[in-house]
Amino acid sequence: MANIRSRWPQLLLGVVGLALVVALPSLVSPFRLNLLGRYLSLAIVALGIDLIWGYTGLLSLGQGIFFALGGYGTAMHLQLNCHGCSRAPGGLPEFFGLYGVQQLPWFWEPFHSPWFTLLAIGLVPAAVAGLLGFLVFRNRIKGVYFSILTQAALLVFFNFFNGQQKLINGTNGLKTDLTRLLGLMVGSDTMQRYLFWLTVLLALLTWLLCRWLVRGRFGHALLAIRDDEARLRCLGYNPTPFKTMVFALAGALAGISGALYTVQSGIVSPQFMAAPFSIEMVIWVAVGGRGTLWGAMAGALVINMGKSLISEAWPQTWLFIQGGLFLLVVTTLQGGVVGWFQEGGPRRLLGRLGLRPRLSTYPALALETRQEGED
Amino acid sequence: MPTPGSPLLELVGISVSFDGFLALKNLNLQLAAGELRAVIGPNGAGKTTFLDVITGKVRPQAGDVYFRGRSLLGCNEHQIARLGIGRKFQSPRVFEQLSVQENLSLAVSEPKTPMGLLRHHLTSTQRQRIHHLLDVVNLAPRAQHRAGSLSHGQKQWLEIGMLVVQAPRLLLVDEPVAGLSDGETERTADLLKSLAGDHTVLVIEHDMEFIRRLQTRVTVLHQGQVLCEGSMDQVQRDPRVVEVYLGASQEQQP
Repeated sequence: MANIRSRWPQLLLGVVGLALVVALPSLVSPFRLNLLGRYLSLAIVALGIDLIWGYTGLLSLGQGIFFALGGYGTAMHLQLNCHGCSRAPGGLPEFFGLYGVQQLPWFWEPFHSPWFTLLAIGLVPAAVAGLLGFLVFRNRIKGVYFSILTQAALLVFFNFFNGQQKLINGTNGLKTDLTRLLGLMVGSDTMQRYLFWLTVLLALLTWLLCRWLVRGRFGHALLAIRDDEARLRCLGYNPTPFKTMVFALAGALAGISGALYTVQSGIVSPQFMAAPFSIEMVIWVAVGGRGTLWGAMAGALVINMGKSLISEAWPQTWLFIQGGLFLLVVTTLQGGVVGWFQEGGPRRLLGRLGLRPRLSTYPALALETRQEGED
Repeated sequence: MPTPGSPLLELVGISVSFDGFLALKNLNLQLAAGELRAVIGPNGAGKTTFLDVITGKVRPQAGDVYFRGRSLLGCNEHQIARLGIGRKFQSPRVFEQLSVQENLSLAVSEPKTPMGLLRHHLTSTQRQRIHHLLDVVNLAPRAQHRAGSLSHGQKQWLEIGMLVVQAPRLLLVDEPVAGLSDGETERTADLLKSLAGDHTVLVIEHDMEFIRRLQTRVTVLHQGQVLCEGSMDQVQRDPRVVEVYLGASQEQQP
């Protein structure tokens, strides 16, 4: 009973949240709902970045690779299973006709299967990240060199995908909004509503998974790698498997995020692997608060919502605001907004403004209650 | 189990040079199981490099290190640590963002792999060891505090606690009493003395009072070589030791 009573605020929050999520599609326009769903899927990639950067201290500027791989897997499956779509000769997806391709490229074949696709969305990016990570971490490459390597890998993938018209339609990308999934058109309002709910569910599950990981000794080991890796080695830990595992997990989360983003935005293209986008992902986490899961999620959601709302009102201004936010975080709010709140930032700000609430009554109160208790 | 005669740790002809500077020159040293050994030496004598060689951080250009009859060359830091060699660093290095208890939990965990940490809970024996160590290093009331909020002396003790809780066969302790008060220094000496016997302990220290209190065999390092070995009194009477500590001119005066 006491357990339930002490937990009622959480229960209430959960019930209100659930009601809101269920009711939201009826409350806002399909356009806004779609945007919200996209931004929620970006919160998943942000959680992955938080694990690898915020907790483990490895700044990856190449999460776009894994994000796009998840998106491409989904789009390939949808293009293959689009029964109502117009087709190139041989029943291939339409764009192949433009380049005179007669034979489906081999790596498309397994994407006929929905089950393979579902697995590939997470496992292909995880495998690429795991392999890249293992080679890099085993050679004790870290810090800025790791960041540069991930950025370079991003450019390699971007150029490759951009140039391969005959394999994956190159710079045009793969469209998904006119394809069909489970009998519904992917771009339809009904399907988008389901996808929104799916995104909410997956974002919640990802958050729970990350919370479980960072709260235990595994998470403590990650913090130890971030803060003093050599010390951890001397305790008998090999940091390489930890880093590889976290980087692979961050890759898998980016893949899931990219898949959800693709079906809600209607297209996947090499632009997902453009350098500025991967850097933006890092900015969401930095502004929200690295090393806090809420900060990463809120950063992705709020910054992207701000971006679309502000760009609608004042086009051209967004880049300045984003740059300003980043400067603010780099210079004064190193822990991001959530970190600032956790470290008592609001109270200090009030103090600076001469509005510090008087705290002197608090110890007196505590003293009085104790005396009462003793009587 | 090594035979009683064979040493637990043996360094044979170790030489280390950094860009031509010889930090260790043909260093030989043996440590018997259960022994408590103090290593002293003036600044730059190679004391810390000598620990770096044992723990795998520095590869010697010549010579070999044997632990329980097995060569440690070619092993990584974590492999050497898993063989049962624990190290306390010169300036206290604890994980400041973690609580005192979490620091000790990381040290005591077994196996030290991602899956090991995720799958297994701490056993009750491990938990008892943590509680016991918290009492020994006097940090029980601060168990839930962030290690970063501890004083310098408390951090030293936490690191010693992290070292001992792993139950290593060999403890390498680098300057455990730097920055400690007299009372704390005495307690640290007693703690290390009580550990010897079950464990083998090698202490590097500048503080002569502390070394005297350990009442044990002392090795003097000078310019990367063993200058002499013996009890504290023997060592202090040795004219060569007086020379390297106080300078040549002082030697002739008394």
